[in-house]
Amino acid sequence: MSDPFVIVGQFIKELLIGLGLEAALTAVLLRIVGAAVLGGLVGAAAILTIWAERKLLARIQDRIGPNRVGPYGLLQSFADVLKLITKEFLIPRGADRYVFIMAPLVVVAGVIGMWAVMPLAPGLVGTEINVGVLYVIAIGAIGTLGIMMAGLSSNNKYALLGAFRTVAQMLSYTVPMLLTLLIPVMLAGSMGMLTIVEAQSSAWFILLAPLAAIIFFISSLAELGRTPFDLQEAESEIVAGFHIEYSGMGFGMFMMAEFVHAFTISALFSVIFLGGWQGPGVEAFPLLGLFYFILKTALIYFVVIWLRGTFPRLRIDQMNAFNWKFITPLALVVFMVTAILDKLAVQADFNRTAVHLGSNAIIVLGTLFILRAHAASQRRRKEVADRPQIQHSEAAGD
Amino acid sequence: MVPLSWYLILAAALFAVGIFGVLARRNAIAILMGIELMLNAVNLNLLAFWRYLWSDNLTGVVFVIMVLAVAAAEVAVGLALIISIYRRRSTVVAEEIDLLKW
Amino acid sequence: MTLAQLIFLAAAAVTLVAAIMVVTAPRLIHAGLWLILSLAGIAVLFILLDNGFLAVVQVAIYIDAIAILIIIAVMLTRAVMSDADRQINRMGLAAAFASLILLAGLLAMVLQVPAASPAPLVEAEVNLDALGRALVDVDGFILPFEVASVLLVAALVGAILVAMAPARGD
Repeated sequence: MSDPFVIVGQFIKELLIGLGLEAALTAVLLRIVGAAVLGGLVGAAAILTIWAERKLLARIQDRIGPNRVGPYGLLQSFADVLKLITKEFLIPRGADRYVFIMAPLVVVAGVIGMWAVMPLAPGLVGTEINVGVLYVIAIGAIGTLGIMMAGLSSNNKYALLGAFRTVAQMLSYTVPMLLTLLIPVMLAGSMGMLTIVEAQSSAWFILLAPLAAIIFFISSLAELGRTPFDLQEAESEIVAGFHIEYSGMGFGMFMMAEFVHAFTISALFSVIFLGGWQGPGVEAFPLLGLFYFILKTALIYFVVIWLRGTFPRLRIDQMNAFNWKFITPLALVVFMVTAILDKLAVQADFNRTAVHLGSNAIIVLGTLFILRAHAASQRRRKEVADRPQIQHSEAAGD
Repeated sequence: MVPLSWYLILAAALFAVGIFGVLARRNAIAILMGIELMLNAVNLNLLAFWRYLWSDNLTGVVFVIMVLAVAAAEVAVGLALIISIYRRRSTVVAEEIDLLKW
Repeated sequence: MTLAQLIFLAAAAVTLVAAIMVVTAPRLIHAGLWLILSLAGIAVLFILLDNGFLAVVQVAIYIDAIAILIIIAVMLTRAVMSDADRQINRMGLAAAFASLILLAGLLAMVLQVPAASPAPLVEAEVNLDALGRALVDVDGFILPFEVASVLLVAALVGAILVAMAPARGD
């Protein structure tokens, strides 16, 4: 009874039926209205997050940031949106017209589509499907397609190069991301987002799988193209990347998609590893769940901004080597160890949290040991490679 | 409810379109696209039969999953071959790749 | 006409038109994009067939991986075959004729299938669970499952080996 969202839904439903609509049609209409409201809210949230990001980045870099429009510059983003809307949407000559126009729409649709399965509070979820996690991955990767379309249709070599970089980066970092997403799925025993949140009522998955959480966070940063993985828009190398030819609201939509994507990934992280709306007192007041969810999301988003203000950009070979030689093998090891230990822990009736924490600690120690041995052998090889060269030059000098 | 025959007719049409692409296109990548269409027609058929006639049995779904796996493998190797041929002979036109033909 | 039938007709029309554009589009890039639309239509049909899992898998594998691979390959090789070139070979008419005959044959066979109504389905969650268990069950499909995984690894290694830049002395 104390569920405000159900009450609101019931109220609207009865209102529409009272107006003389059929029950089936009302259900469909409610879905459409719900989707529009959710999408609109996410878009509005993006405008606020742009302000928060600019302000925080400015503080990190010892600047003030936007402070002219509205109190604390709060209305700056709205002013920017207004400016972008009034600007002309140019289509360059030789561009592939329809593909060029469709590309930003596809990118935005892919990002907002992820919110359809995001559980916001108890009883407040767009739709609960039993393959929620897989859906998020599938719909999220539609954005890759949009970026590819933008790069292809712009008729500009920088756009094409930027699109290739982005797609290569996104495709390769999807591998560790998927592997680490499988671990919470395994722990919860379901791919449904709601089940995953409910399974964390006793212990958040970040306690059971800290390594998986870290790998997921890093690979989703790469997926986002955030610093330190922002090679796709390295101004000094490829001007602006795939959206170089876009102006006006086309550019605005790419920007919005980028910020919404960062916000969405933070929300996904908080749902899957931080328990979503779980927190004290949620059973009594479901609205509190929404507050917890937003709080956790904001916390993760803050970390994303913090990293952006702190780290320099990686080189492209470093980015690829880091993925294929370090994160992906590590994710595979963590995945297999978790799978085996979880089965054993359930059978032998051990404390699940302790077993997983211990195994993660051992994996971290083992990784550090291997890295150390590798670095030592690299150093030795370098010394061996350097030594005869010097002797040779001395001999030549004689 | 949608009749079973509609799905089968659509799958047959899709298969025919795909085989036209395989037979008539000159570019090797376009031929691969035709093969993808044919595989999808097969998948649609398998799933329609599963849903309408054997929904208590998972064989149809497993078959679709196998087709997906094979399609992924086929595209990866096929595109690798095409790119390799392009590197060595700088052509992607299927009828110009005729070293073994005389 | 029910809602399901309307959705089917719309999705089928999109799928078929997009498929025809795939095989006739003069620019190969456009053919690749039409292929994506066609595959998305198939995903909608999978949802109509009460298999949301396979629909999502279809999007994840076909649209996110295969279609993007194809588009990248088109971009890598586009220098040799300009879009103004002939895209249909000289057997085009014969090919059209052959595929029409095939279509007629298939239709003649398909229309003999007796009409059937879908049996009531167990709950989707139970179904997905059963599918997962069947894939690793010794009495189920563990052999094809393992063979498929070996095939995928072989394809991975083979593709890298074949597409690797030729060594300098080659």
